[in-house]
Amino acid sequence: MHVNSRGRRFAAVAVAVTTATLLAACGGDDGDSGSGDGPITLTVDVFGQFGYEELYKQYEASHPNVKIVERGTGSNLDEYSPKLTQWLAAGKGAGDIVAIEEGLLVEYKANPGNFVNLLDHGAAELKGNFMEWKWSQGLTADGKQLIGLGTDVGGMAMCYRKDLFEKAGLPTEREAVSKLWPTWQDYVKVGEQFKAKNTGAAFLDAATNTFNTIVLQYGGAAGGYHYYDTSDNLVVESNPAVKQAWDTTMDIIDSGLSGKYQAWSDDWVAAFKQAKFATIACPAWMTGVIEGNAGADAAGKWDIASVPGDGGNWGGSFLAVPKQSKHQAEAIELAKFLTSPQGQIGAFKAKGPLPSSPQALDDPAITGATSAYFSGAPTGQIFGAGAKSLKPVYMGPKNQAVRTEVENAVRTVELGQRSPADGWTDAVNNAKKAADK
Amino acid sequence: MATSLDIRTEPGTPVTHRRPGSPRRHRLSRLDTKFSPYLYVAPFFLLFAVFGAYPLVYTLWVSLHEWDLLAQEHPFVGLANYSALMSDGDFWNSVYNTLGIFVLSTVPQLLLALWLANLLNRQLRARTFFRMGVLIPNITSTAAVAIVFGQLFSRDFGLVNWALGLVGAGPIDWNTSKLGSWVAISTMVDWRWTGYNALIFLAAMQAIPRDLYESAAIDGARPSRQFWSITVPLLRPTIVFCVIISTIGGLQLFTEPLLFNSGTNAIRGGTLRESQTMTMYMFENAFAPNYNFGYGAAIAWMLFALIVVVAIVNVLIIRRAARSA
Repeated sequence: MHVNSRGRRFAAVAVAVTTATLLAACGGDDGDSGSGDGPITLTVDVFGQFGYEELYKQYEASHPNVKIVERGTGSNLDEYSPKLTQWLAAGKGAGDIVAIEEGLLVEYKANPGNFVNLLDHGAAELKGNFMEWKWSQGLTADGKQLIGLGTDVGGMAMCYRKDLFEKAGLPTEREAVSKLWPTWQDYVKVGEQFKAKNTGAAFLDAATNTFNTIVLQYGGAAGGYHYYDTSDNLVVESNPAVKQAWDTTMDIIDSGLSGKYQAWSDDWVAAFKQAKFATIACPAWMTGVIEGNAGADAAGKWDIASVPGDGGNWGGSFLAVPKQSKHQAEAIELAKFLTSPQGQIGAFKAKGPLPSSPQALDDPAITGATSAYFSGAPTGQIFGAGAKSLKPVYMGPKNQAVRTEVENAVRTVELGQRSPADGWTDAVNNAKKAADK
Repeated sequence: MATSLDIRTEPGTPVTHRRPGSPRRHRLSRLDTKFSPYLYVAPFFLLFAVFGAYPLVYTLWVSLHEWDLLAQEHPFVGLANYSALMSDGDFWNSVYNTLGIFVLSTVPQLLLALWLANLLNRQLRARTFFRMGVLIPNITSTAAVAIVFGQLFSRDFGLVNWALGLVGAGPIDWNTSKLGSWVAISTMVDWRWTGYNALIFLAAMQAIPRDLYESAAIDGARPSRQFWSITVPLLRPTIVFCVIISTIGGLQLFTEPLLFNSGTNAIRGGTLRESQTMTMYMFENAFAPNYNFGYGAAIAWMLFALIVVVAIVNVLIIRRAARSA
């Protein structure tokens, strides 16, 4: 153990330096802090398909000092939203612009301090660019802070496979198909006819998706709310709209129309490819999902008919700028550009999210739009028609957690794990529990 | 630590540099011998403090608060999270699932590993190839394993149900029964870890003196008798080691059950939480969709407590085993 002191001292220093380096490396990078004259990079966090690629190119061309990076394209909302919450909680990591889905917006609105107030940056004058309810959704309860600018709305339709309808001896033209199901009761009847023909496919993908469509329709038509009333009281049990939607869904399950695929699972995706179901409740953004899941081989086999019952809204998003962004001014400008009528038209052309701007909806680019994938269906007209008159549904503070519980109860009945009555009891109790958490 | 330093500086011990006229150097050298050992061990303790101790204590602190992940205010609530947890049926369900999957995966896994190790311990052609081969599942990424097995156990499009169909058995919906999902998840765990344990057993087997087997053979003991009467008893400490390692992994099971339940809200582990483990329940509460960080932290501490309890049980077993050996 005879080590000379210089060697030992050197070793000690080396150890200390290594430790310091390790710790520093764990601190992570601070991103580019390049402000001032140099080019800056704006990060946009999205989920699913927002269709912004072309718009970024345009924007970069007119703003040579800005480079735009999009993260999360194609990811699931379930993966995206916890990440966003963690970034906000940590005060670090979020993009300069973040997309927020309608159902989750309420939770972020409860803590508005995480976001830049867009009203302080001249957003007020943009109000006329959005449908009124879409604009108001982006505001905090006191109306003093605007969290997000609207991107799209989820006007509803019913997508169906023409080849399976033909096999079952049903009409395949979209007008004729729309006439088959003015109400959900008619839809169930058509489903029973379809089932009797044994095509080897189910009539619909999953009762949960259909239930969500119905509850949003009934809720919107009745009082403009579903799980929470507009004073934020949980009303799953007492709101007749929710119970009606539940009962209608139970009829669908009773008739054995569902393929019972867990929505968004690998099996669900595979079922698209293998043509294992004939219809799917289809908010505007779902068309992009169908195209992605069913693949190019199914081009021209799908078409779009009107949704049973009244129109309604499912989903749609907002763009917000987190306070942690180092380039707030530039980010706000880009968010304004992406949510402008022109920006929304560009996104619609790319991936199909339906504009939330009345000007965009009236634009010939939308009214004349057709989709080659969906057999040339006039998507702009089908979705745009109901969009301006649709009745939005109010979302309460724990909307997402409550919705999860109620849909999960639907799923237990669908899988035969619970009777409809027990399932309803579960839905009510678990929703209460989730709301209290 | 202090005593050893004292010994070093005692008069009479060899002092490396003694240069008269350089008291500063001397003092430096003394400081050096006194403090550099601490510097040598510092990296581990610093890293442990940052990534081990601090999170542990901070989690405890968080668990005593009503801590909405996004809120600015986190009011102190004492043990309220823990008392809520005690009467939370879903929490106990996740404990039950965790222990169930643990038993269902560990018992066949260790038996299989023992059998594999015994095979590999013989004179085989290309012995090293086979010995390395059993380790391959272990170096495959967990996510990849889980995704592939998730597809194998898929209800409508899975290979397992297709094979069952060939022999006339009806398709099984693996996700919607407790036993089905436990079996599927245990299969993933076993596929990944059996080879690893087999190698550890093999190493221990090779340390058993051959003359024990020779004399047993002379006494007329057949190979199976030799295995149960010589190999297994002498492997006991190794078996206990493997049980402990499997316990630590098994109680923290997360990726396999999460990816097995693909689709909306996979963190729930099935519609009726058939395969939701403790770590999944912790994540569900601390992050999406509940964002109740305080409650999640309380679950983390309960998991810690459970691991301590199981570890104590393990220690007791080792002591008993050592005494009877």
